[in-house]
Amino acid sequence: MISETVARWLQRGDAAVPSGPTRTVSNMAALALAASAAFSCAGETAAPIEPPSESERFPGGSTTNDLLFGSKAFTMPLANATREHETLFFSGNSFFNSAWVEAPSSTTARDGLGPLFNARNCSACHFEDGRGSPPLEEGESFVAVLFRIGTGERDENGAPTPDPVYGDQIQPFALSELSAEGVPRVEYTTRKGEYADGEKYELLSPRYWFEELAYGDLAEDLRVSPRVAPAMIGLGLLEAISEADLKQLADPDDTDGDGISGKINRVWDEAAQKRAIGRFGWKAEQPSVRQQTAGAFLGDMGLSSALFSTTSCTEAEEICSGLPSGGEPEVDEETFERVVTYSRMLAVPMRHDVDDEEVLRGRTLFHEIGCAACHVPHHTTGKSDLEELEGQEIWPYTDLLLHDLGKELGDDRPSFDATGNEWRTPPLWGIGRIEDVNGHDRLLHDGRARGVAEAVLWHGGEGERARENFRNLSRSERHALVAFVESL
Amino acid sequence: MSRLVEKSRNIFATSCLVAGVLAGASGCKSGESDSTGGEGGAPGAGGAVEGGAGPGGASSGDEDELINEAAEQYASVVSATYGDALASALALKTEIAAFLDEPSEETLTAAKKAWLASREPYLKTEAFRFYDGPIDNPEDGPEGQLNAWPLDEAYIDYVVGDVDSGIINDPSVAITALALGALNEQGGEKNIATGYHAIEFLLWGQDLSEDGPGERPVTDYTTADNSERRGQYLQVVTDLLVQDLEGLVQAWSSGKTNYRAEFLAESPAEKMRRVLTGLIVLSGFETGGERLQTAYDTQDQEDEHSCFSDNTHRDMVGDVLGIQDVYLGTYQKLDGTKLSGTSFFEVVKAKDSALAAELKDRIQTSLELAEALKPPFDQEIKSSAGRKRVEALIESLRFEQEPLLEDVFRLFELTIPNPE
Repeated sequence: MISETVARWLQRGDAAVPSGPTRTVSNMAALALAASAAFSCAGETAAPIEPPSESERFPGGSTTNDLLFGSKAFTMPLANATREHETLFFSGNSFFNSAWVEAPSSTTARDGLGPLFNARNCSACHFEDGRGSPPLEEGESFVAVLFRIGTGERDENGAPTPDPVYGDQIQPFALSELSAEGVPRVEYTTRKGEYADGEKYELLSPRYWFEELAYGDLAEDLRVSPRVAPAMIGLGLLEAISEADLKQLADPDDTDGDGISGKINRVWDEAAQKRAIGRFGWKAEQPSVRQQTAGAFLGDMGLSSALFSTTSCTEAEEICSGLPSGGEPEVDEETFERVVTYSRMLAVPMRHDVDDEEVLRGRTLFHEIGCAACHVPHHTTGKSDLEELEGQEIWPYTDLLLHDLGKELGDDRPSFDATGNEWRTPPLWGIGRIEDVNGHDRLLHDGRARGVAEAVLWHGGEGERARENFRNLSRSERHALVAFVESL
Repeated sequence: MSRLVEKSRNIFATSCLVAGVLAGASGCKSGESDSTGGEGGAPGAGGAVEGGAGPGGASSGDEDELINEAAEQYASVVSATYGDALASALALKTEIAAFLDEPSEETLTAAKKAWLASREPYLKTEAFRFYDGPIDNPEDGPEGQLNAWPLDEAYIDYVVGDVDSGIINDPSVAITALALGALNEQGGEKNIATGYHAIEFLLWGQDLSEDGPGERPVTDYTTADNSERRGQYLQVVTDLLVQDLEGLVQAWSSGKTNYRAEFLAESPAEKMRRVLTGLIVLSGFETGGERLQTAYDTQDQEDEHSCFSDNTHRDMVGDVLGIQDVYLGTYQKLDGTKLSGTSFFEVVKAKDSALAAELKDRIQTSLELAEALKPPFDQEIKSSAGRKRVEALIESLRFEQEPLLEDVFRLFELTIPNPE
């Protein structure tokens, strides 16, 4: 908890802080002083850095997983789950993991796969509820990265227009008697760079293309947007951040002049049949976990649900007509609800090394160089129909808003209010445990970055100033910043 | 936040009970004993708790000593249990070889009997999972290859409605240990090609009857399509099973540079954390949750753990027995030899005797509830009397046993290791 004195000081919002000995964990004010002083030196608007509080150890508040770590760190239900919800969680988990099969089948609860698909089950891409990566070795195929495609236009609701033949995503698998759409490929070229202190680094710059296209040519001037399957933790909590809080954070025209805009993506809400605030996906294109889940069932596995009752084939793909269906819808209401509840109930793991001196130094730097402007550390959740999620003090390090990250990261594929260069700030919680869970350190929307430092170095646009600040740090400062992010 | 407060309250509440309970609790010499001596061993052989430990119980030095001894005993129990799992898998391999050599009702029945026997020690080893030890470390732990479920039957062999499905009926796939190992879990957790449940499916076939297990005909291995490939498949997955168990026995045998040595060199708190993590997850999440709660909720045979052989009820018993062995530091080997030594029960008792006893009783209750389940489990989750029995076991594992284990976790203020 934040001490009363500090809380009062925070409310005042100026840099006058109580004095005291420096460099101890308990002495939060001293740290805050150092931080805010440096912040001012960098010529930024003087805003105080919240000192480390006990609640930061538990990024998901009382939902935080404080028991199981290692490779299973992302698999736990909310620690405060009610019996009733935990029961739904376990059943949802079963459907999340088990393979859907071709219809008709004796496995009636789990048939209807395809005919075109990216995976047979959710966990193929969200393995151990964690994060996917692009192929890490020669000859490996893309599993946990999907490719959104389109013509670069938008329809009357703002949704990106799909490729007329292949739809809005490439499905590299099909039922045995059919042809898959195509095989995505990537090639990396190395880009060399240098920190201000002379230390060299290399970034991997990707180029993507498709082979074995089975249904003719792709649209001319096709826009391609690769998307890594993100970790599943904390989704219900992010959904419970109130709309008012997000609107408060948004500053689309940068009226405060800090160089950071922050824009809400107003996307299509299928259930409500109107535009709504987008929160999920790399461009915040989905308004709810429910719609995200229905979209993944349909787009990734070819399974219809009450929300999306169509098929994932386009009219040009005639193979789809006349094939047996796995039911109407293929994912029945009860199963769908269980998977949605499961997806909303995966707990965020506890932080580690919170008191480590290097981590604390990195924490200060994180604020100083401007990372926290978009990776907003702390929120208090509002209302939710899962009472476990309500009123939690959470530390996701995101504002859920769109920011321009520059042309180098852009996909040139506008989506609703997001331009080609804009991406939603991804949450950083659990980021240091991806290696334990998924055995890789790949970050960013297409997994091009090998670790935190490279991810920072790819930031452009609104993130450019923070990136340059990072490049100008000393070696030990950079390591401290990375250590902090990995401690989240 | 509220959890923290809760935790400190727990710790406080339990430590109030401890003052002065525990002299002489420590001290059983740990290790594998060839005697059939009773539980607990000889008391008082060293590490006795003298005064000066303060109101909280044993001083941390004594407590550490006790945990170290219990961890030694744990390693002995793990080693003996994996040893029996391997021995019974070798017996299974012999019976399967005899069956493939001369397929008949008799040899098939003998192979099934051997499979059921091999499950008994293996299930107990599930208490050694979930802390990224040899069985399930993310690098090369064989758990997914050994015991993953549910099985997508159609990925392996024909099923009702599709006579050509599966690797067996696809001559373009070579049936070798290497190939099957690679196919296992390809494209996500559930394309299971190997392990106990693959062997189970190949022996029993799909369970299509209400009151009995699967009824795979012997002709699947004589005159049916691809019978030779099916035989090859069964042999290869059995070899793989034995090979994986050998690796686990190696990892836990004493006097070697292996996981056991590394484990014992860890701090007392870390050792205890690993042991307890296994018990907590197996009690509440794996057995109580994924295996029982899910099946109870969906009433679907697809959520039954050993569905082909209708042996799921024994899986539940085996899991609880394994937990009991770990807590009490005991194990009875297949040859009748009994192991006993310093236990984690004694470790907990030294700090909070009431909690220690409550947990011991609770595990015993869970065991009795598991033993009360009536086969076949796929009917047990449907009939009203059966559902009551299943529910009682879920209640005991998830809402009684697991929270008590968590209390122990917090009583010892066990903390989480940092990623490297």
